[in-house]
Amino acid sequence: MSFPWAQHYEPRHPFMQWMDEKLPLPRFVYNAVGAGYPVPRNLNYWWNFGVLAGFCLVIQIVTGVILAMHYAANAGVAFDSTEHIMRDVNWGWMMRYAHANGASAFFVVVYTHIFRGFLFGSYKAPREMIWLLGVVIFLLMMATAFMGYVLPWGQMSFWGAKVITGLFSAIPLIGTPLQQWLLGGFAPDNAALNRFFSLHFLLPFVIAAVVILHIWALHIPGSTNPTGVEVKTESDTVPFHPYYTAKDGFGLGVFLILYTAVVFFAPNALGHPDNYIPANPLSTPAHIVPEWYFWPFYAILRAFTWDFFFIPAKLMGVLAMFSAILVWFFLPWLDTSPVRSSRYRPLLRKFVWFGLLPDVIILGYCGGSPAAEPFVMISQIAAAYYFLHFLVILPIVSSIEKPEPLPFSITEDVLGKDDHAVLAPAQPAAA
Amino acid sequence: MADDAGIDTPVHETGEGVRRRDFINVAAVSFAGVGGLATLWPLIRQMSPSADVLAESSTEIDISQIAAGQAIKAIWRKQPVFLRNLTPAEIALANKVDIGSLRDPQTLAERTKPGKENWLITMGVCTHLGCVPLGAGEGEPRGEFGGYFCPCHGSTYDTAARIRKGPAPKNLEVPVYEFNSDTVVKIG
Ligand code: HEM
Ligand code: FES
Repeated sequence: MSFPWAQHYEPRHPFMQWMDEKLPLPRFVYNAVGAGYPVPRNLNYWWNFGVLAGFCLVIQIVTGVILAMHYAANAGVAFDSTEHIMRDVNWGWMMRYAHANGASAFFVVVYTHIFRGFLFGSYKAPREMIWLLGVVIFLLMMATAFMGYVLPWGQMSFWGAKVITGLFSAIPLIGTPLQQWLLGGFAPDNAALNRFFSLHFLLPFVIAAVVILHIWALHIPGSTNPTGVEVKTESDTVPFHPYYTAKDGFGLGVFLILYTAVVFFAPNALGHPDNYIPANPLSTPAHIVPEWYFWPFYAILRAFTWDFFFIPAKLMGVLAMFSAILVWFFLPWLDTSPVRSSRYRPLLRKFVWFGLLPDVIILGYCGGSPAAEPFVMISQIAAAYYFLHFLVILPIVSSIEKPEPLPFSITEDVLGKDDHAVLAPAQPAAA
Repeated sequence: MADDAGIDTPVHETGEGVRRRDFINVAAVSFAGVGGLATLWPLIRQMSPSADVLAESSTEIDISQIAAGQAIKAIWRKQPVFLRNLTPAEIALANKVDIGSLRDPQTLAERTKPGKENWLITMGVCTHLGCVPLGAGEGEPRGEFGGYFCPCHGSTYDTAARIRKGPAPKNLEVPVYEFNSDTVVKIG
């Protein structure tokens, strides 16, 4: 937020002054991610992941545009053109591994970013819109990654496309026509591959646009912080630049070490070997699984094996899978506690770390395992707990929990109650 | 009077003012709206299966080589079709089932042609999410009901290809087909 004590942009060089009059882009940057943007002084490394996610989007767009220069979206040659990228195109293997693992890295980062929200109550007022836009970005990412995975036209690509578009056939009456409309045929084929390529190219730019809205909405209240206590005085903040450019830069370095280590030393570790077999509409791989980042949701989809009153099992699974994400849209209103950060919420903290987190990991493990016992039963229990967490535990905990005492201010939390250590004289808190 | 500018029917005569500009506004927005909606249709319809995809030819399949108990996979509309020659035991098993207990109640007779109850001809597309179930190929597992087993999410079909267990809502679909002769089936 532009607190009253924010530093002002004063271009000194004549060119920058000229620029400031014609197109104040440098001023915009200065106020958005420069010295003109005061940020809570106590942000920890959980707050690095937004910038990292933005960086991942850039990696995906750069490597993706390059791949698209060599890739051919035609069912007859798509697989071969991917192998052409791997074997013949200069550095093509690197671009493709960077893109495929970039998608995984993107999801690691975004899941961490979302989990930060759960931990520190980032979704709470006045930041609901930031959270809602974040969920939209996540849905768009899932669509993008799904369609990207179809492009190499291997066995997993083909059967993934078939199973996921098959989800829509669960909708009563219009389901099957809808699936055929989505595919442009009765099964995934050229029409489907082409439109997936077109949309896979488009959606990242839509994501970039929503990211801009997300950050715009963020800059109205500013970031929250590990205490969840809002900024009160200047001593609670530091300018974004150089403090957080440096901290984010360090985090980016660590991220790049891990990411490039995977790209260069284990590029196929997260992939599935069956996708190096060309698509074959007549034979389903014995064990089809989506990419790891979809596993928890896939487990919820498969958890429904029995009909529920008049709703067939298939539709139940599909509804549950989508609800698992849609429930996030209601989070700001399901959590009614006046305290934001789980640091001061002893009960919620335990339910997030020892309830929700292991539950999602268990769901993920089941989603990547064959559809057999004991995994089906475990997914059923874990899926039930997942919804229980959001719809029952969270509202109840919010109302019965006795929060621990909050610090008066961010400064007090950082420096203790030592008056001499406080940089600015304490001002009365704004109501 | 300045107040009456642009009003066809002055306020003091009817009690309400209908201005020419209101009419123009409503007319313009309506035309633009109808035009916009009409444009939407081609934008949506272009996604549907195109003429060449729809112009699916029918397929003729020789079934003379399929021994009792065996099955083959054929392709129709780029999707697999299972043609299976049921053994008398498999037919008996299918007929023994209490129809009322089925998720998608159908008898074997309803799913085959009269006099040719041993020929079980179905799509090889799981009605759950569209995988190809196992059981038509040589040595593939047929699941606990002896029909087909879908490895994707564990749907299990019986010897009439009816859904018996797992998430699939329907029996394997029976395509439109006819017997050209005792040994040739025409699908589609
Ligand atoms: C949100 C950002 C993006 C995500 C999450 C994403 C994800 C993916 C994934 C998972 C694959 C399959 C990789 C494989 O198995 O080899 C893929 C392939 C592909 N993507 Fe993206 N992508 C993104 C952005 C882009 C962009 C911006 C473009 C181009 C403008 C692009 C072009 C391609 C192409 C041509 C392929 C097929 C070649 C290949 O399989 O390596 N992607 N994408
Ligand atoms: S597709 Fe056959 S069980 Fe899901």
